[in-house]
Amino acid sequence: MEHRMTTESKHVEVILAGTGGQGLILSGILLAEAAILEGKNVVQTQSYGIASRGGLSLAEVIIDTGEIVFQQVQKPDCILVLTEEATKKYETWAAKGVPILYDSTLVNARTDPNFTGYAFTQTASDMGNALSVNILALGTVTAKTGVVKMETLEEMIRKRFKGAAVEMNLKMLAVGRDLAGR
Amino acid sequence: MQGNQAIAEGAIYAGARFYAGYPITPSSEIAEECSKKLPKLGGVYIQMEDEIASIAAVIGASLAGAKSFTATSGPGFSLMQENLGLAVMGEVPCVVVDVQRAGPSTGLATRPAQSDIMQIRWGRHGDQSVIALCPASVRECFTLTVTAFNFAERYRVPVVLMPDEIVGHMRENVEVPAPGELEVVDRKRPSGSPADYKPFKADEDGVAPLAAYGGEYVFHVSSSMHGLDGYSNNDPANAAWRVRQLHEKIDRHRDEIVLTKSFDTDDMDVLLVTLGATTRSGRAAAIEARRQGVRAGVLQLQTVWPFPDREVAELGRRAKMVVVPEMNYSGQVAGEVRKAVGPDMDLRRVNRYNGTIITPQDILAVMLGAR
Repeated sequence: MEHRMTTESKHVEVILAGTGGQGLILSGILLAEAAILEGKNVVQTQSYGIASRGGLSLAEVIIDTGEIVFQQVQKPDCILVLTEEATKKYETWAAKGVPILYDSTLVNARTDPNFTGYAFTQTASDMGNALSVNILALGTVTAKTGVVKMETLEEMIRKRFKGAAVEMNLKMLAVGRDLAGR
Repeated sequence: MQGNQAIAEGAIYAGARFYAGYPITPSSEIAEECSKKLPKLGGVYIQMEDEIASIAAVIGASLAGAKSFTATSGPGFSLMQENLGLAVMGEVPCVVVDVQRAGPSTGLATRPAQSDIMQIRWGRHGDQSVIALCPASVRECFTLTVTAFNFAERYRVPVVLMPDEIVGHMRENVEVPAPGELEVVDRKRPSGSPADYKPFKADEDGVAPLAAYGGEYVFHVSSSMHGLDGYSNNDPANAAWRVRQLHEKIDRHRDEIVLTKSFDTDDMDVLLVTLGATTRSGRAAAIEARRQGVRAGVLQLQTVWPFPDREVAELGRRAKMVVVPEMNYSGQVAGEVRKAVGPDMDLRRVNRYNGTIITPQDILAVMLGAR
């Protein structure tokens, strides 16, 4: 199901959820900062456990052309899930029409038409960069939803990373973008 | 910018050049930011061995003339109480940031709470008073940090900034105030002869000028009861004067210190009294309530101590119901609100104490539900 919010949407809520260490909070920050560059108001929040690896970890991003009163997601427009635990937490939203992008490498297949599986972790591993699955998946989310422009996200990656990490992350973003087209 | 980062930036804007602390979730980003920024500004960042040493170093640096601060969370804040009492007694300007997480004890280290409200006010033994401010947005993390330093410097008192984990870790777009845009207050310095300097001799405003250690003014600061010169004095009249003065310098300036914000309180039947992150849940609930035909308004407590009792009472008189959402079991704010609105008010509490956030729906259910 195609669900484009476009960069012109007034109010957009995104959830990026997985496990600690996958880097999804960084993805949330990059998405939020890209939206700021596009002149939007943004609130980004997060929830994680006490371990630096493992446990449910998630980032929420709210983008609005006006004031954002409540800082937490109430009705997500798009959800990314990279683990089975995160998928279970959010899967009821699919029945309400919310598109859920899931990592088919780590998550059991889902049949609801609002679920779309992508082999995020497998693709990142095949490229020798399993740790960049967060940027790859962000590329897919962005291409699928149009919540920010891909160029703005590329600009954020150039600002955020240094040296070889810039090219590597730009590449992962592009691979993620291309996954969305499949 | 993140809330914790905005606190560090606000402190630097206010002129803070000394940070001593021991990192603890969810406050560690404040230490991280200070470790990067302060040395470049000619300031000092020290990671101490624990929180007891951290607040001790902050007090020492402040007495040596630097605007000083530390940041911690519940477990570390508990350790700081004894020396915080010394800062009260010695009238040492300083700022302590307590990014509140869920307890008791080490509790839920990464989860939010608003359960240190009474500890901030009463955590130290003895009869004393502090000022506490609570931000609800990243912008307020910046501006209220500047205000915290201003109050500390103006009234020679420790000020506690008390964001919850949500606000400390939240990122929002903010316009950083330009230099000169916000007022920055520096402590009064003595101008008379060093031989005549009395570090506890208050001016008309109830606050004594404070010299800096290492200069020509040689003075004594003691945690024990002391006279105008800072030296031990156990005379009952002197003790009564000291305790009174520690309270009165805050009480007399109460109207300058108590900061609140109201939203849609001009015509209302339901008043929500909120602080920190629950302000945003409360505002969202009030907007939805109005959509459903219930006239609700919000009073945000930016200053929590001294408690805005008059402001709560005044708005409370115009409401039929008062609702207090807060992330604790015991209703620490609700108890103060009850004192302000009296025993007959329909006062409803919304409490969460599991490390999760109070939602607008939680508040609406209590607000719109039958008594």
